[in-house]
Amino acid sequence: MFLKGKAWKYGDDINTDLIIPARYLNTSEPSELAKHCMEDEDPEFPKKVSKGDFIVAGKNFGCGSSREHAPISIKAAGVSAVIAKSFARIFYRNAFNMGLLILECNETDDISTGDELEVDTEKGIIKNITKNKTYQITPIPPFMEELLGSGGLMEYVKKKKGS
Amino acid sequence: MGMTITEKILADHCGKKEVHPCELIMANVDLVLANDVTAPIAIKEFEKTGAKKVFDKEKIALVPDHFTPNKDINSAEQAKLVREFAKKYGIVHYFEIGEMGIEHALLPEKGLVVPGDLVIGADSHTCTYGALGAFATGVGSTDVAACFLTGQAWFKVPESIKFIIYGKRKPFVYGKDIILYIIGKIGVDGALYKAMEFEGEGISELSMDSRFSIANMAIEAGGKSGIIAPDEKTIEYVKQRAKKSWKVYTSDKDAKYSEIYEIDLSKVEPQVAYPHLPENTKPVSEATNIKIDQAVIGSCTNGRMEDMRIAAKILKGRKVAPYVRLIIIPATQEIYKNCVKEGLIDVFIDAGAVVSTPTCGPCLGGHMGILAKGEKAIATTNRNFVGRMGHPESEVYLSNPAIAAASAVLGRIGSPQELGIKE
Repeated sequence: MFLKGKAWKYGDDINTDLIIPARYLNTSEPSELAKHCMEDEDPEFPKKVSKGDFIVAGKNFGCGSSREHAPISIKAAGVSAVIAKSFARIFYRNAFNMGLLILECNETDDISTGDELEVDTEKGIIKNITKNKTYQITPIPPFMEELLGSGGLMEYVKKKKGS
Repeated sequence: MGMTITEKILADHCGKKEVHPCELIMANVDLVLANDVTAPIAIKEFEKTGAKKVFDKEKIALVPDHFTPNKDINSAEQAKLVREFAKKYGIVHYFEIGEMGIEHALLPEKGLVVPGDLVIGADSHTCTYGALGAFATGVGSTDVAACFLTGQAWFKVPESIKFIIYGKRKPFVYGKDIILYIIGKIGVDGALYKAMEFEGEGISELSMDSRFSIANMAIEAGGKSGIIAPDEKTIEYVKQRAKKSWKVYTSDKDAKYSEIYEIDLSKVEPQVAYPHLPENTKPVSEATNIKIDQAVIGSCTNGRMEDMRIAAKILKGRKVAPYVRLIIIPATQEIYKNCVKEGLIDVFIDAGAVVSTPTCGPCLGGHMGILAKGEKAIATTNRNFVGRMGHPESEVYLSNPAIAAASAVLGRIGSPQELGIKE
């Protein structure tokens, strides 16, 4: 997979309440959730983000609640992938299960908001065009690739069930 | 090589003799849970598959506890969707308002989780049931939808971290303080992807209610699960309630751990976690001069009978400080009824508290106690993230119920000893 877009940079421990506050959990409509994506961290985010952009963060991205509304809001906001040093485990699971690409990269400190990035998942690299640098990404485990390739967990399960 | 309690439960649920950390398995689930916020997504995903029935209508629990009694039209629609699904598919363990309680207090109380179970729930605090010696972990709605269909879920077998708690606890130190202390020590990602196993005399002396508080907050250290091997207290608790048979698993002596921590409980004071992460802990004696606007006693962490009794002991014959709101939420109808029987509700009302029907409500900033800009609250809940209880510029401090009750009376964060109360 080859992706291109601008980086939006955030810090460590970006939790699911920051990604989508509970006051908006009375709906699961993606377009509604997208309007409030990252609101308590960066209220302007939904207006600023363009289709294909990346969220870039430090360690433990997506910690806190199991709400799938978090990856739903990110995906619906047009973000093509989240790049972070590490992900909280339920968020990690949810992202793969619903087909949102997430990438582990130790060098996110080097990336700033506005940097133009090119991601090549096959080669396992991120090119920072603005800074003329290249970073490694942790390869995606084969099982996860199978999930993503099926289009998420439900498609995978349907296939296995033969329905 | 020996196995941990977690590895043994997982192995038995995927039909293997043994499993090892990092191995991917597809395991059978004994109970799958969702609530009024997470079930609607799961239901929509489930129905998209065109399935005619669920894998087992007795192994699904649906608990509308987050925005109930419904706070607005949208949440009423969500609860309705869950109710209609329960009717259509004959879900046995659907809990209507009136029977409903906060899910992680309710399911153990109803005997729907027993030692040795494998439970997944679309709620991050599903790890609470580890206190019974079950493997329980939070997942997303899509995992739950797939499980409604197949009765299975995929797992990466976690490494385990062992926490040995020894020594005699100080007055007003409970399960909540032990887990806050641990999170303060290892950080909010200190147990990322791992199973947290708790043992030692400091654990065996704790009540079941306090043990639930510990397992409940494993997720706040990033843990996949928290687990405590069953002992006599566990079996005593389960015996009166279980709707099914149980199996006791324990870790082998030569089981492998990624880390082992030893904690001397005699050195642990009641803890307060400062905004905006549960790892920002300090002993209560260092939390001076923090005025509060609100105190909340309740939630899946600390809304159980022990918590209600502790709060009542502090509040008896005292008054909540002027301009402070104290909100008390017994976690289930049974706990609520016991509070009435024991006269605790009288104590709460006489002190100037309000008592609510069971709901997650204020813990996640849903309803029943939202904070305005600049306000501060002390709460027995589990998260103090930015905006967790309301306005993004409000603040939440986490503590046990004794500290929260004493703080409500003092009007600032403080301890029962400051009111001359001995445990």
